[in-house]
Amino acid sequence: MKAICFNFEIHQPFRLKRYRFFDIGRDHYYFDDFLNDDIVERIARNSYIPAAETLLRMIENSNGKFRCSIAVSGVAFEQFERFVPEFIDLLKKLADTGCVEFVAQPFSYSLASLADHEEFAQQVADTCSLLRHRFGVEPKVLRNTELIYCDELAPQISAMGFKAVLTEGAKHILGWKSPNYVYNAASDPKLKLLLRNAKLSDDIARRFSDTSWGEFPLTADKYMNWIASTPQEEQIFNIFLNLETFGDLQPATSGIFQFLEALPRMAAERGVEFLTPSEAVAKIKAVDMLSIVHPISGADEERDTTAWLGNRLQNEAFEKLYSVAERVRQCQNRALKLDYAYLQTCDHLFYMSTKRNADGSLRSNFSPYETPFAAFTNYMNVLADFLMRVEEEFPSQVDNEELNALLLTISNQGQEIEALNKELRAMRKNIEQYNIEHKHRVAEVAPAPEAVVAEAPAPEVKPAKKACKAKAPKEPKAKAAPKAKKEKK
Amino acid sequence: MFGWEFPPHILGGLGTASYGLTKGMWECGNMDITFVIPKPFGDEDRSFANIIGTSQVPVAWRDVNREYVDHRIGKVMDPDLYFRLRDHIYADFNYMRTNDLGCIEFSGRYPDNLLEEINNYSITAGVIARTIDFDIIHSHDWLTYPAGIHAKQVTGKPLVVHVHATEYDRSRGKPNPTVYSIERDGMNHADHIITVSNLTRQTVIDHYGIDPSKVTTVHNAVVPLSQDLLDIEMPKSKDKVVTFLGRITMQKGPEYFVEAAAKVLRNCSNVRFVMAGSGDMMDKMIALAAERGISDRFHFPGFQKGHQVYEMLKASDVYIMPSVSEPFGISPLEAMQMGVPSIISKQSGCAEILDNVIKTDYWDIDAMADAIHSIITNPSLYNQLREDGLAEVNQITWDKAGKKVIDIYNKVLARY
Repeated sequence: MKAICFNFEIHQPFRLKRYRFFDIGRDHYYFDDFLNDDIVERIARNSYIPAAETLLRMIENSNGKFRCSIAVSGVAFEQFERFVPEFIDLLKKLADTGCVEFVAQPFSYSLASLADHEEFAQQVADTCSLLRHRFGVEPKVLRNTELIYCDELAPQISAMGFKAVLTEGAKHILGWKSPNYVYNAASDPKLKLLLRNAKLSDDIARRFSDTSWGEFPLTADKYMNWIASTPQEEQIFNIFLNLETFGDLQPATSGIFQFLEALPRMAAERGVEFLTPSEAVAKIKAVDMLSIVHPISGADEERDTTAWLGNRLQNEAFEKLYSVAERVRQCQNRALKLDYAYLQTCDHLFYMSTKRNADGSLRSNFSPYETPFAAFTNYMNVLADFLMRVEEEFPSQVDNEELNALLLTISNQGQEIEALNKELRAMRKNIEQYNIEHKHRVAEVAPAPEAVVAEAPAPEVKPAKKACKAKAPKEPKAKAAPKAKKEKK
Repeated sequence: MFGWEFPPHILGGLGTASYGLTKGMWECGNMDITFVIPKPFGDEDRSFANIIGTSQVPVAWRDVNREYVDHRIGKVMDPDLYFRLRDHIYADFNYMRTNDLGCIEFSGRYPDNLLEEINNYSITAGVIARTIDFDIIHSHDWLTYPAGIHAKQVTGKPLVVHVHATEYDRSRGKPNPTVYSIERDGMNHADHIITVSNLTRQTVIDHYGIDPSKVTTVHNAVVPLSQDLLDIEMPKSKDKVVTFLGRITMQKGPEYFVEAAAKVLRNCSNVRFVMAGSGDMMDKMIALAAERGISDRFHFPGFQKGHQVYEMLKASDVYIMPSVSEPFGISPLEAMQMGVPSIISKQSGCAEILDNVIKTDYWDIDAMADAIHSIITNPSLYNQLREDGLAEVNQITWDKAGKKVIDIYNKVLARY
């Protein structure tokens, strides 16, 4: 039985405001709230919200037969919280149907997987915890930023507890093979790969409303026929789209929503079912191992990482950015960490691309900048300010290992001080008690025979010490005293 | 072709562009080009065009023998041509100041009696037009429009005028009425108008009331630099150098450069700024730099010529052209040829064809300062602009521009 595996990507970067070099060191806010609000709200109204509502209807009407998966980046999620919280409610509803699987991806929608594995793991974990807390789901499948994947990543992804990865069915990797099967990762056979069917995906994403396309107009009927008429052995059709395909890239007037909504009925007629990625890898056996030595992605004709790391500008920005990854992880400054997450979003690098599109013009679509050089200048200014803040937090003369040791010492010191304080408090108690007793003794020094009686409580000192230790923190008097002493030190 | 300047004796961009275009057209083949200039010096490159100097064209009949002519002007003109021209004198110009050969003297520059010289140029054009056989007339810039019109009236051949600049650009919108009327007259008489950028094309349409279908843009190009220019070695200073090269006049927006420099210097100290050239706003700029307190890092080396220009570029890290209105602006292309990253104003014609430069509005000194800072602090941006810019500018060649002009000729002739 043939099955379609849908994945919808939801991502919006925090776009930067116009940041001049004379702002460096003075202004620590980098983002263009107005622009972000404007864009996110517009796309949510035109696309995300109607698309999510359509998906909900499709699930209802098909009694749960329609199934799909959604990947949402952390940075997009935070913007929805700020600008269109009602969309998050819709996502929650989708999650509650049980027919929508949420897949994990790096929180920042970053290229951390290519730079810093620890950062990558951290960001994926951040998204997982976000999904767990907000929707009560536990992601089992990973979709890395822009479908980036290579052999080197597989063992790590597997170790993070993921069963499968969504990636691109890049022609130069597959050769004669078809993306319509489940594959194993060569470097870790436990990890399954689901490969995007570029042709079927782009038929919707790029060509749907293209009147010069030979297959125009595309109907759900025709689309399902294509899938149904493939060879018997081809079982899984991975259609990975950006959610804004519906209503934004392809406007609502093109009939894209009706197309989407008609798919389950057309599929049912032809006996094609829908699966989430987890179900797909559980149900369908892998046919082969796939080795991917160099990173692939879903971008451009080349399907490699040159859209983000294709020229010197991008590489310099990328290297500078990740040179402080470890530092930022070590620090406790929440604002700094958050800015770091937002600055890592790969869109910032994408805006700097000087690659030419098929038609020979520089890529300008989706970029808030006029030229790649303006994008670079602005980003580097922001980064310069950010690096200064990192430097203020931890001077760069101290190298990472030394810093680690120092931080360890500091955190140990805290514990040590605490322990010493406790001991101090206890000793104080002892002395006080001793003094009281001593006074008694002085007062009663005249009746000599009682001295023996007075000495009798002395052995009690030891048990008292133990009792004090436990109770000490609760007594305000005792607490204040050691503090004063500490300050004197 | 009627022109005013021709290398190596040039005063501005006009000569370079006329030369490049003529050579480019010649390279396209099957062209026989006569190039008329006021005063040749004899050291012009004549391999691709027949150069006629109007200062050797007789307008009054003198009885001279061949040896005498050869002795007097043989260096710049074939005596046979002199006699052929002499046979075509169409009126008695003896009332004018003529020399022993019956020729009018020309300075070939931009003298105070420029209008008179333009008129004289047009008179001699009448003689040339009657003598030489040709199919089309091409006039470069307003100085030669009257000559072009004259030649057209005499022969009935189509006229193409080439607008390298307009009075609107030179005067920031307050044109000299005489110059304006000459320009307008030329455009009205022309069968087709070629502009050096879309910006100029729009000016011609908007301010001269010309039918848009008659105006076509052919962007300028550059002549590849010779190896010895590329090989110039200059000592690199510790400081980064940002250079402005050109006339220091209102049109070039020098004050925006000074203001941007002041902004940059407030935040970094390792930069020097150079404003090379001369012009009526130079003193004002020196005063402005002093007022901003940056005179110690802002230099005025004066007018640069020939080799000095390339030495200057070689020593620079950034080239800047903040022109308020620039019909084309060839200098950033030269800077790119020398491997210097350039910042240009969006109001320059060359911004229409260049990708690997930074473009800002001429008034946006913040953006300009930011761009300067970015290039001098980020080696990756510097190298990216340098290398891609070089590759880009090497693609902008005159034979492509020449091809376009020939296409226009063919279209005009087909209609004629």
